[in-house]
Amino acid sequence: MAQKGHAMMNPQANPWFRWNCSVCWVTLGLVLLTILSFWTLDLQLGRLFSVDSAKRMGRFLGELLSPDLRAIFLHKLWIAGLETLAMSAVGTILAAFFGLLLAIPASKSHANDPAHWRFLCRLVLNGLRSIPELVWAALILISAGLGPFAGTLALALHTTGVLGRLFSESIENAPQGAAQALRIQGASESQVFLYATLPTIIPQLMSYTLYRWENNIRAAAVLGVVGGGGLGQMLAFHMGLFQMQETSSILIAIILLVVLVDTMSYIARRLMSR
Amino acid sequence: MPATLAQPLNPALRDPAWTGRLFWFIALLILLVPAFVATEFRPWILLEPENLKVSSKFLGDFFPPETNPEFLLLIAKEAWRTIAIATAGTFLALVLAIPMTLISTRVLSISSLSGRMHLLPFAVRQVIRWILIILRSVPELIWALVFVRVVGLGPAAGVLAIGLTYSGMLGKVYTEILESGEHHVATNLMRNGSSRLQAFFYGVLPQNSTELTSYTVYRWECAIRASAVLGFVGAGGLGQQLDNSMRMFNGGEVATILIVFMFLVGLADLLSAWLRKVMQ
Repeated sequence: MAQKGHAMMNPQANPWFRWNCSVCWVTLGLVLLTILSFWTLDLQLGRLFSVDSAKRMGRFLGELLSPDLRAIFLHKLWIAGLETLAMSAVGTILAAFFGLLLAIPASKSHANDPAHWRFLCRLVLNGLRSIPELVWAALILISAGLGPFAGTLALALHTTGVLGRLFSESIENAPQGAAQALRIQGASESQVFLYATLPTIIPQLMSYTLYRWENNIRAAAVLGVVGGGGLGQMLAFHMGLFQMQETSSILIAIILLVVLVDTMSYIARRLMSR
Repeated sequence: MPATLAQPLNPALRDPAWTGRLFWFIALLILLVPAFVATEFRPWILLEPENLKVSSKFLGDFFPPETNPEFLLLIAKEAWRTIAIATAGTFLALVLAIPMTLISTRVLSISSLSGRMHLLPFAVRQVIRWILIILRSVPELIWALVFVRVVGLGPAAGVLAIGLTYSGMLGKVYTEILESGEHHVATNLMRNGSSRLQAFFYGVLPQNSTELTSYTVYRWECAIRASAVLGFVGAGGLGQQLDNSMRMFNGGEVATILIVFMFLVGLADLLSAWLRKVMQ
């Protein structure tokens, strides 16, 4: 770093630096960005590492260690967990459907494809994708009200953007042999898509969808924090009332759900790659 | 499949896979019905007159977006705070992840140079691995909720949340990257008496450094996305401002924030792609 710092001062004098310039600039830029970030953030590190804060942290952790395990509450937790799972499944299925619908016009499937709608569809997909689920949920709450429906729609909207983008890329990269053969025989574009392109890419589409589902289960668990139903909504509710025993059970449930999903997908991937 | 049903089909030319597909489609629908019920999936409530009135008024306010200079300045400040929280969080994650990677990677085990790893180092490595798993399996938003309770509202909660979750992710992926590389140089160095840190700096780091940096930059990009959202639980940044404007049903402000947000995410995306290319 000292060498780079020295080289920064007069770049002309040092040909070695010019050759290696971009990496040095980037490193310096990142270091500056980090320093500026800490400097401007007003993190109140003093308060963070004070005895008071440590005490509060200790008390909080202590409270977390005594989860609420009454049967009634566990039943409620089970229902909320199922709701979270259902939200993620419905959101992902809707997204796969609408994603495919948008991906078809968003892709240039062969060299002579005019693809008039490509730009517009890509714009829509990018827009859907760049707003996170949580923001979608907060926006949808206004028209759909609190509850799992808002969360499901939010997941569906964001995932439509993600999947549509991935799907349109797989459509464009699909091997052209079968499609070209059908096209030469005079098959219509929709027939070509249904009988040549779709069958060749469907394993890829399935694996993208499953991967997103895995992601969405995790997202669905936290979406509720803004009022989108499932475990997250319970968490926000009980935490807001300072009911630490219930909060602790819900946190454990969320962690268990996430670990479970991760393990299942790990095992599934192990089995499939064998 | 409307295209196939439009014309009368000759049974001999019928798609042989058709019945199977239909079966799986219907089976999926039947499986999904309970899920639709559980999610209270009622799209028509969006079209009820009162809801429609509220949402159309809110959406109508989106245009024109708020361009009051005072507000724009505030948003610019919040956007910077979002970036700063992400950067500070990623830095914290690095600080936590690097030692844990060094401890947990099997490449730098001296006892496994001769046969199997000893029991104590093995146990230490397993413990660190479990810590990494726990750190990354709690979503950052949940960490932020917890830290807002402990350290109060403000960016500190966001930085800590990102730092902890991402240290779990970075630590895991760093370990995987180090273990998937060539081990010969490092083992040779350690067999000839160099320390583990020396073996790391001269034997392991040089061959893996581009992959490590590119993953870190990618995580930084993810952190920007995450930190924009963390504001919803009170951790500062754009999310908090968005939450405020949404509570006041101020469509114009929401529109401005969303535009800035999309711009920021797009910028981080481009920058990270460019950085990864430069770092190669």
